[in-house]
Amino acid sequence: MSNGARERIFANLHAAIRQGGFAVPETTAVPGLDLSREERVARLKRLMEAIHAEVYLVNANTWVDKLKEVLRKRHLNNLLYAPGTPIGDALEPAWESDLPPLTVYEGDIEQFKEKLFDIDASITSTRGGIAESGALILWPDVKEPRLVSLVPSIHIAVLEADKIYNTFAEAIEKERWQDGMPTNGLLISGPSKTADIELTLTFGVHGPKELIVFILDA
Amino acid sequence: MGNPVVVDFEANVAKALVNQQLRKNLKSAMGALSQRRKAVFSNQEEFEQLRSIGSAIRKRSLSKLPELLERLEKKCTENGIQVHWAETTAEANQIVLDIIKRHEASLVVKGKSMVSEEMHLNHFLEDNGIEALETDLGEYIIQLDHETPSHIIVPAIHKNKDQVAHLFHDKIPDTPYTEVIEELNAIARKTLRKKFFAGEIGVSGVNFAVAETGTLCLVENEGNGRMCTTVPPVHIAVMGLEKVVENLRDVPPLLRLLPGSATGQIITTYFNMITSPRKAGEKDGPKEVHLVILDNGRSKMLADPELRETLQCIRCGACLNHCPVYTRLGGHAYGYVYPGPIGSILTPQMEGLDKAGVMASASSLCGACEEVCPVKIPITKILRILRDESYAAGDSPHAVKGHGYKKNLAETLAWKGWAVMNTVPLLNALSMKMLGMLGSNLPNVGPLKQWTSVRTAPKFAKKSLHTLAKERGLRNE
Repeated sequence: MSNGARERIFANLHAAIRQGGFAVPETTAVPGLDLSREERVARLKRLMEAIHAEVYLVNANTWVDKLKEVLRKRHLNNLLYAPGTPIGDALEPAWESDLPPLTVYEGDIEQFKEKLFDIDASITSTRGGIAESGALILWPDVKEPRLVSLVPSIHIAVLEADKIYNTFAEAIEKERWQDGMPTNGLLISGPSKTADIELTLTFGVHGPKELIVFILDA
Repeated sequence: MGNPVVVDFEANVAKALVNQQLRKNLKSAMGALSQRRKAVFSNQEEFEQLRSIGSAIRKRSLSKLPELLERLEKKCTENGIQVHWAETTAEANQIVLDIIKRHEASLVVKGKSMVSEEMHLNHFLEDNGIEALETDLGEYIIQLDHETPSHIIVPAIHKNKDQVAHLFHDKIPDTPYTEVIEELNAIARKTLRKKFFAGEIGVSGVNFAVAETGTLCLVENEGNGRMCTTVPPVHIAVMGLEKVVENLRDVPPLLRLLPGSATGQIITTYFNMITSPRKAGEKDGPKEVHLVILDNGRSKMLADPELRETLQCIRCGACLNHCPVYTRLGGHAYGYVYPGPIGSILTPQMEGLDKAGVMASASSLCGACEEVCPVKIPITKILRILRDESYAAGDSPHAVKGHGYKKNLAETLAWKGWAVMNTVPLLNALSMKMLGMLGSNLPNVGPLKQWTSVRTAPKFAKKSLHTLAKERGLRNE
């Protein structure tokens, strides 16, 4: 839309900059964290549990058994997963008939929407974690679409203990995010929540009611 | 549209102050928010360090605003996000409407956005036959009751659960009456899920826009923001042009300051970074993403070295929570979209002093807002400048729109008299003596009567400080 608005706005902005007097103070480094691997895991777990995420620290070889145990306690009709991923490869051979059937995101949202809004639980990978704030990093992609971690009532996320950074800043810097951001990147710290009525905290208002995290340790 | 031309602030204040329910709701809520903020920033030294950084990041962004906006536009366009510029809220509304019409859409689902409130977008769309539904729980509640937000962060904070219970029961079909907050949430979840499913256009705000990568960042807890920006085939983001930051590495400190200051959270549930529409092969996400960048007076505010600091704001609402005026009035009394201390410095600059200048008087200049501001906006200094400008006639290059609206002969003469009285020693001594003798017996009429209707009149000391000092043998210098 070329209505001259852009030109007028920039003319004003440039005129304002010419007025000068912009003092940008020097600053010190951002206060950060420097924790050991063990401390990072512990801090992330503690912070996420504090806001009602269910977090399990499990052995990377036996985590699927723990997942089954967790799922058997709930009565779910299905579990949305992504085939052709390390998680998919781990689940498929281990799946049993008394577990919620593994379900695939078929086609695009336009075809799958109705089914998606009916799914009970989903499982996704994570790109990493942040110890400082207790959050997961997710970069949804072709195999693990954006809505998988949002629409189902239960979201199960798998996090490798080695990929927990001290801070958000450290994740951005070490992974050089500025060189290429995905369509959608996310930090997720717990289940959906609100305090809009009388500041009373309640969970599961629009997104997942439960967030279950498996931290895979060697 | 929305805002009345003239806001009768004094009448609003009188009304708000006698509303016991409102005062009770506000008192407990603002107290809790302040306590939570204090708990999350318990290390004062670290907080001071962090907010110095936050302030510097915002100052640096403003110092190169045109350059950063051009970079943002270029990066967004490369990424496939369509960028639109609006000088006024009317233009911004029209841009949004044109996109909606092009898609022949009739249901818009909205995430919380103060800029869209500034635009009165919902009313505008309704007038054009389009349903624009707020999906943030607080915004949904007030929209059902045809109200505007009374707080930047917790928009329905003026209501208690009983009021919400009645509202849901009355306005949402087939809804049983319940005062249980979990059940009220469940009602909203059920009702709004259908709308997310059916929504044709999603509208959101922007918390930070990163020029370096063309990334739009959104902070939220409920997940409705992610729904609005992911489920519908078209996403329209609206932002004020000051929201841009230079680099991705500028984001983490601001992300610590914003939720901490707003609600005392270390981080929100979701931090949503959007860099492009759905790419080939991806299964969901909108196929079109639009970014509408609104000026509405901001580019002019940037010209004045002191007033421009208003634009550092990241809309955390901490100044509201700590303001003795806001916590007694609530947001509606202010009569404009942005209430509290930030509203009192922002709105008069946006709307003009002649229309909204009275807001600059809604402060005791106690400075609590400045102590908590995560980007160190000198709010009281700006309030004083705006009060000055209210009396300033003549055209200075930085004059605020609508300045000099309060200038009048009686006050001009009174202040001239006061100046003489305080610069001529003899007159000063005489007047002090007179006040000591007669001050406490002034006739209770006119402005004094009005002033003392809700306050106790001050008692004048028998002897002035000047006299007391003299008696103690201090030299008169």
